[in-house]
Amino acid sequence: MPIVQIEGASKRFGPVTAVDKVDLTIERGELFALLGGSGCGKTTLLRLLAGFETPDGGRILIDGQDMAGVPPHRRPVNMMFQSYALFPHMSVADNVAYGLRREGLPKGAIAERVAAALAQVKLADHGSRRPSQLSGGQRQRVALARALVKRPKLLLLDEPLAALDRKLREGTRFELVRLQEELGLTFVMVTHDQEEAMSMSTRLAVMDLGRIKQVGPPHEVYERPRSRFVADFIGIANILPDGNRWLALRPEKIALGVAEPPSAPLPAHRIAGEIVDIAYEGDRSLYRVATERGVLLVSAANVARDGRSFQRNQRVWLAWAADAAQVLDE
Amino acid sequence: MGHARLALAVLAFGYAFLYLPIALVIVYSFNESRLVTVWAGFSTKWWTALLHNEAMLSAAWLSLRIALLSASAAAVIGLAAGYVLARVPAFFGRTLFGSLVIAPMVMPEVVMGISMLLLFVGSERLLGWPPRGFLTIAIAHITFSIAFVAVVVQARLVDFDRSLEEAAMDLGATPWTTFLTVTLPLIAPAVGSGWLLAFTLSLDDLILTQFVSGAQSQTLPMLVYSSVRLGVDPQINVLATVIVALAASALILSGWLTRRRA
Repeated sequence: MPIVQIEGASKRFGPVTAVDKVDLTIERGELFALLGGSGCGKTTLLRLLAGFETPDGGRILIDGQDMAGVPPHRRPVNMMFQSYALFPHMSVADNVAYGLRREGLPKGAIAERVAAALAQVKLADHGSRRPSQLSGGQRQRVALARALVKRPKLLLLDEPLAALDRKLREGTRFELVRLQEELGLTFVMVTHDQEEAMSMSTRLAVMDLGRIKQVGPPHEVYERPRSRFVADFIGIANILPDGNRWLALRPEKIALGVAEPPSAPLPAHRIAGEIVDIAYEGDRSLYRVATERGVLLVSAANVARDGRSFQRNQRVWLAWAADAAQVLDE
Repeated sequence: MGHARLALAVLAFGYAFLYLPIALVIVYSFNESRLVTVWAGFSTKWWTALLHNEAMLSAAWLSLRIALLSASAAAVIGLAAGYVLARVPAFFGRTLFGSLVIAPMVMPEVVMGISMLLLFVGSERLLGWPPRGFLTIAIAHITFSIAFVAVVVQARLVDFDRSLEEAAMDLGATPWTTFLTVTLPLIAPAVGSGWLLAFTLSLDDLILTQFVSGAQSQTLPMLVYSSVRLGVDPQINVLATVIVALAASALILSGWLTRRRA
């Protein structure tokens, strides 16, 4: 039985439909990411799971149990808030113990589990501090420990890394994935950062205007986007007309060369063009190349150390394989 | 340099205007003379006299009891009203409810006094209750103090981070436990300053109290007012000094509570 089944769930706020007849199944042990821009409904969907919002239509089942009418404090779910929502008037240890006290556990057991949870996030000797005395990264770990100590069937994470600076974010990504695998829990994460969703999740859902546009493992969604929206939202894509349909072609699938590509083995497509713009990104550069089929984006790794493999206004050849482009449904 | 001196002089004048009378009262509470306004040397005899003034002491005791009861009741009811005003987004008659809660702050006390008197007289005639005195004065004070507590609590709750309460519920706390363990501790300073406000308002209310007090009960402000009309005794200076001391401590306590908010 899947841990989460969402069947036709909808949520409206006045005239705005935040979540529009969403169907979604999440399996046990997954690290599932809800990905989308602001206002796409991903956070509302997460809040529907936590019980902070009630759906206007449809059903939500967690662990096979219908959640209709079940208030947040009786759901087998815990959430890590984007702002962390640590109680400022309690010590770190009391913050972590809060959920266990609500279960009425004996004092000794609570102390033991709090200590273990703080050790798990490497904050064993910070129990007596106040949240205001911690750094951003430490606060994030306290919030994580506070949610995990309850041993939830499902952990919800609302933009877990958004408040951290870039360097810390990279390390924390791996840390979250490690914890999720070690504990064998199901994580559902909301993020607007496609890199984060791609690198962490086992599966992800791309959302727009309250609907799920596509669900799948990261590589599948990236390599086989079904719609223009998904192709454009995840990574960069050249959208090319092809008869009465559209093709999505990733910039890195296009080979860039000075000489005309050899005739054998024959690339399915080749086209001449002129570089109009170069965006240098360190490890690679992104070229805008004007061709007879419009301006195409081409990405190439900067293998040579002197960098400048190509110049602006240079005549170049582009080539890509027959199966490089993805046919879009819409 | 000249500007700074001028600014200092203006400041000194302003403070003198505000606090010189109070300083004078304190000084004159240690006056030997029978006359309030003539200095005749240092003495604590009026302090002793006040301590043995039964009428004054019982009036002070009555005022204190009324202030404690009305401030505490107003704190509880005002907390509930402020919570509803800040949290319940829309219900039928919300605007009306909000205005009704705030109205006693701007309503002339004479109007409140006469309407409360009518209510109490009518109720006494029909039910034989409440007897005019301690209870009716306390009820009247609660009625206008609620507004002040509600406003302070509402202001504090408006910028309260709701995700803290959601986190508590998410961790298994019922709405009531959430209120007791998260919301209330964090807004306690606001409730505390509301309580102090209600306490001081009750302690020096004269107009409303005179309408509803009945014949037997006399609060401290009523006693002071009537004794001033009969000719002042230096004991008044002593009493004023005590009240200034109490008010100052309340003010300091209230400021400390507000600064301590997390």
